[in-house]
Amino acid sequence: MNTTYLPSDFLPIVVQFGLAAGFIVLTMIVTHRIGPSRKSKMKDDPFECGIEVKGDARTPISVKYFLVAILFVLFDVEVIFMYPWAVNFQNLGMLGFIEMLVFMALLLSGFYYIIRKGVLEWEQ
Amino acid sequence: MELTEFVIKSLVILVIFGLTLLIAMYSTYGERKVAGFIQDRLGPNRAGPFGILQPLADAGKMFFKEDFIPAQANKWLFIAGPCLAMLTALMTSAVIPFGDSIRYDGLEVAVQAVEANIGILYVFGIVSLGVYGVMVGGWASNNKFSLLGAIRAASQNISYEISMGLSIVAILMMTGSLSIREIIEQQHGGNWNIWYQPLGFIIFITCAFAECNRTPFDLPECETELVGGYHTEYSSMKLGFYLFAEYINMFISSAVISALYFGGYNYPGMDWVYAQLTSAFGDVAGHNVATLIGTAAFFAKALFFVFFYMWVRWTLPRFRYDQLMNLGWKNLIPLAILNIVITGTGVLFLKPIITALLN
Amino acid sequence: MSSPTIQYEYRPEHFANSEPNKYTAATLRREEMVLNVGPQHPSTHGVLRLEVVTDGEVIVDVVPHLGYLHRCFEKHAESLPFNQIIPYVDRMDYVAAMNSEHAYVMGVERMLGIENDIPKRVEYIRVLVAELNRLASHFIAIGTYALDIGAYSPFLWLIRDREHILRMLEWTCGARMLYNYIWIGGLFYDLPVGFEERCSEFIKYLKPKLTELQQLVIENKIFVQRTAHVGVLPLPTAINYGCTGPVLRGSGLRYDLRRVDGYSVYPELDFEVPIGKGEVGTLGDCWDRNWVRVAECRESLKIMEQCLEQLTQNYPRTRDFNPQAVVPKKIRPKAMDFYARAESTKGELGFFFRTDGRSDVPVRCKARACSFHNLSVIGDISRGALLADLIAIIGSIDIVMGEVDR
Repeated sequence: MNTTYLPSDFLPIVVQFGLAAGFIVLTMIVTHRIGPSRKSKMKDDPFECGIEVKGDARTPISVKYFLVAILFVLFDVEVIFMYPWAVNFQNLGMLGFIEMLVFMALLLSGFYYIIRKGVLEWEQ
Repeated sequence: MELTEFVIKSLVILVIFGLTLLIAMYSTYGERKVAGFIQDRLGPNRAGPFGILQPLADAGKMFFKEDFIPAQANKWLFIAGPCLAMLTALMTSAVIPFGDSIRYDGLEVAVQAVEANIGILYVFGIVSLGVYGVMVGGWASNNKFSLLGAIRAASQNISYEISMGLSIVAILMMTGSLSIREIIEQQHGGNWNIWYQPLGFIIFITCAFAECNRTPFDLPECETELVGGYHTEYSSMKLGFYLFAEYINMFISSAVISALYFGGYNYPGMDWVYAQLTSAFGDVAGHNVATLIGTAAFFAKALFFVFFYMWVRWTLPRFRYDQLMNLGWKNLIPLAILNIVITGTGVLFLKPIITALLN
Repeated sequence: MSSPTIQYEYRPEHFANSEPNKYTAATLRREEMVLNVGPQHPSTHGVLRLEVVTDGEVIVDVVPHLGYLHRCFEKHAESLPFNQIIPYVDRMDYVAAMNSEHAYVMGVERMLGIENDIPKRVEYIRVLVAELNRLASHFIAIGTYALDIGAYSPFLWLIRDREHILRMLEWTCGARMLYNYIWIGGLFYDLPVGFEERCSEFIKYLKPKLTELQQLVIENKIFVQRTAHVGVLPLPTAINYGCTGPVLRGSGLRYDLRRVDGYSVYPELDFEVPIGKGEVGTLGDCWDRNWVRVAECRESLKIMEQCLEQLTQNYPRTRDFNPQAVVPKKIRPKAMDFYARAESTKGELGFFFRTDGRSDVPVRCKARACSFHNLSVIGDISRGALLADLIAIIGSIDIVMGEVDR
């Protein structure tokens, strides 16, 4: 296994991207060309179980979803912190483990706080 | 990178790309056959022998359907949604090592698009981009059901990504590398991670189900509440892309599961097979045949997990949104952290003792 | 070649009042959203339209809008002789046509005063086919409920078993769903030769399947999670709304017209009336209602076994038995108001007749549809639930739109 990577080593990803993008664009164009197109006002309405739609669907949505998103950002950053630690875990030994235990204790106390605050109560 | 190597790499990519698409296509057929078997009926059996041409017929139908865009939808985002979903699904296979290596003309080329030292991070990065496809498509439709489905999909995917990432950390602690190839190589000789990480495996596979929006976590597209979920308004190949992306994701996540926990292209007795083959066919041809067998083992494992996805889908009911979030946040995250602590203790304390005892 | 553009005629004024809404932009609070669930929705069990006001995923109010399957049963009945109404009765609750026929026919027989002349064999056959149909109806209810919860396979398993029932019923009268088998004063035909044996074989086949079903669906952990404590219907509410059948029994009241009224040969039969006990959740939740249905399937099997025993031993098939012997030539009841009721699969199915004594047609024939009364409770029990729970609640009430709208 080589340990140093040149930018050129990642060239195949570009090839794969090109392949995927080409496939998608081609398929989209083909399906757009060969399918029929019959338009009418009723048909172009958004589907709402056969009832005429009143207003815009993009109404304000519950704040709970945003809380989840914010929590995700917080926690994911902390997960990312763990990756370099985990890779070097066996070299860091005991000290690293204790440090990470402290880190995780802090993380869990924050986690406990948000649970007690009722952020993760979905029923209300 | 030399030209020959690059050409071989490109060929490998092309083959894997084609295989991914083929497997995704035939997963739809497989799903319906499995469903038929479980539900005591036949499944598709009209198009070709045993209905083997059914996916082609479906794809043809998708192409010839009307490419419908609702009047109130945001046209470009509406098109971009499924394209993004498909693109991210197709990009993931780049770092997965499907086999050992191919020897050709003095070169040794790995059966993998890119051997990257950040392989697993790449997979996570691309997978988390996948939620954009769903979110953009659902929002662009300007439909209440689609929007609800899209929001559900987004919050579900990001919630389960955390525990997924945490469950991987335990593996990384044991292997000390982010490269999937290295993780696989370390599992050589029946030393599979599943023996050491049963809890991590359960967490990971649960999260994989949630990330792929499969039953029992198929809330974003749950038919009985949200009609079609985020793809309510979609038709023709755009709908096909969403469904296709789901099956590709299923296959890729199965491949990742078998790479991380089930030894990837390792199989019992592979050293013996390797020795026999190289002595029979010579160093180059024997090695290539051995690689091929390893790749077949890898695909067999991955396809078993694809089957597992289907098995679960046709057996279990689905969760409710709050139960899903509770499971993700209140059960899986603490469990994953516990798993890390257990692994750390095991590696630091138990491993030296066991090694000392064995010697 | 471009395909022709078809412009369908669209006039907003045609639709202005056809789909009324209770909630408008003026009456909604800012964070609330109106979601129309139905009529074209996969899990409203037909063409029910629910106007759902949600705040996020939490339901604030549910307003059912009916009438999408209205077929003027009652108006039709006012211009048809009594015996010709039976096919229309079939089409009310189309998954349990035998039970509806049984209720209707008994009502007319009582008005004519011939209910005691009916041969015992006919009565046992009626009960047998009605219980078969009850099984079929409950299979649909449980199966589609599992489908609503997200489990696909139980539905198809139950459809497979229901198919056996439908084949048997087809064998008796030639129709799979809408039988017109039970006639006023008798039956269309006697049971076909060999029916009894086939039926007992089916019962033997079905018993382990029911256990399997209970293990797969009812006792499944996710299923319990989805249905326990959800859509709790307290007994007083159930009684106030006039709920009957499994919905009422799920709330814990042992009220079954087969026992309360004791019509037909039911008093001679030995069976239990299962009620909800709140075993895994609150009394009267969705799980209880479903458990009652599964338990009723077992009881139906018991009833069928006893009927078959009677039919083969005490009232066996004879060469000169005529199931139409008591069928009146002219059906003209005296002038009266009459209400007859029976336990259909979904609850109390009643028929109110007003006759003038001069003609063969009823002046008024009103059906008291159990699904309609059970459905009325939906707004009350789904307030504050999640959107996913609403689907679970609709399914647990087990409505058939044909009966709700008539």
